[in-house]
Amino acid sequence: MQKQAVVINKSDNVATAVANLVAGSTVSFFVGQDVQQIVLSEDIPLGHKFAIQDIANNKEVVKYGEVIGSSLNVINKGHHVHIHNIQSNRGRGDWK
Amino acid sequence: MNFNGYLRPDGKVGIRNYLAIIPTSVCASVVASNIASQIPKAVALPNQHGCCQIGADHEQTVNTLIGLGKNPNIAAVLVVGLGCEGVPIAKVAEEISKTGKTVEVVIIQESGGTLKATAEGVRKASRIAREISLLKLQEFPVSELTLAVECGGSDFTSGLASNPVVGTASDILVNAGGTSILSETTEFIGAEHILAKRAKSPEVGENIFKIINGCEQKAKLLNVDIRGGQPTPGNIQGGISSIEEKSLGCIYKAGNSPIEGVLAYGEAPQDKGLYVMDTPGQDIESITGMLAGGATMVIFTTGRGTPTGSPIAPVIKITANADTYTMMSDNIDLDASDIIEGTKSIEEVGQELFQEMLDVANGKLTKAESLGHHEFGIYKIAPTF
Repeated sequence: MQKQAVVINKSDNVATAVANLVAGSTVSFFVGQDVQQIVLSEDIPLGHKFAIQDIANNKEVVKYGEVIGSSLNVINKGHHVHIHNIQSNRGRGDWK
Repeated sequence: MNFNGYLRPDGKVGIRNYLAIIPTSVCASVVASNIASQIPKAVALPNQHGCCQIGADHEQTVNTLIGLGKNPNIAAVLVVGLGCEGVPIAKVAEEISKTGKTVEVVIIQESGGTLKATAEGVRKASRIAREISLLKLQEFPVSELTLAVECGGSDFTSGLASNPVVGTASDILVNAGGTSILSETTEFIGAEHILAKRAKSPEVGENIFKIINGCEQKAKLLNVDIRGGQPTPGNIQGGISSIEEKSLGCIYKAGNSPIEGVLAYGEAPQDKGLYVMDTPGQDIESITGMLAGGATMVIFTTGRGTPTGSPIAPVIKITANADTYTMMSDNIDLDASDIIEGTKSIEEVGQELFQEMLDVANGKLTKAESLGHHEFGIYKIAPTF
């Protein structure tokens, strides 16, 4: 079967789609040695991320085992994770 | 592992044999380009700088022009000045000539205008071109190579595959005694703690934090969110959500070697090994800095696709995005999408890339070279006055 998504580090709470994935489909991916499955709530375009755990509001979003930003609302697993629901914590000249 | 290159009088080794026509200001750029167009193997470095710059910004332009002239891919130099610009024409020529290379000067105001300066320049340049055509290739170990690693038009495949592939090739070179330069300070924001852990000494680690903090502070001075500028709209469309995410993918280009030192823009490494250079994330200006620091070859990863080349060095392009490779195979040398498909390992493709580097060091033209891509730009750090 063609690879559908990649989780880079075991501590990540997001996966990256390596194919165009559609809402309602069940996606399998490795987290370390273990295979996990998730039903997608939204379409995930190639290269975009989806949550593999429920992420509470204002929590760290983790990819590569490192923090890539914070959630702007609750992001349930299977949902698209991108600029509409996470923010960067760096280079924020707009923050006073 | 050896390659055939050109030994320069200062002991450095080039993999190309260009005559550089260097304008010392925007006002001399057209004449420099005119001269270069007449001479085989001549390359002009037209730029919009050189006058009404002050302080560190002025110094950086002067040092960059000198560094480019010293680059080992350059066999000889013709400096073209207007005559009244801020960049000291004689100093640029004198500093470059310390390498032992032939350096000549043409000054437009002294020659008597465009036509006479062009004629004088073509006469001088054609004589130099004949002189450097006599240089013979000689065999050298790969430790004589200095690699610049760059990423541009990044998407999700950059951090997953193409940047780690470049990191593998960079580590092979460094382990063989060569030199590699990682740049794009903006794209270290959020990944500085990982880089700093690899610093050779606490001082180098502090310098890594210092340049990244400096870059972030400059962005903050503009009172806006860096997102949209970095990551770019294309990065965001490609799935990158924040500068932290972009940075964490970006730094894979430097493999796992220890970091020997932090270089200012255009500064040459003092020794072999992996160095970090303080440059912007904008590809062209970043590459110029590393070339001014003596890099002779550029490896450039892309996700979205980019045509970027350089007037003075081969740029090897690699993507792991299968669609991008199909769309832009005119521009992209290596397809690493097998990694995303899961049919090849990063290590395997890293070995293939290193072989490609050796071929290119031996004279194989990259796609950017064969299409005449000569993108060039110098990083400014203050307004022009």
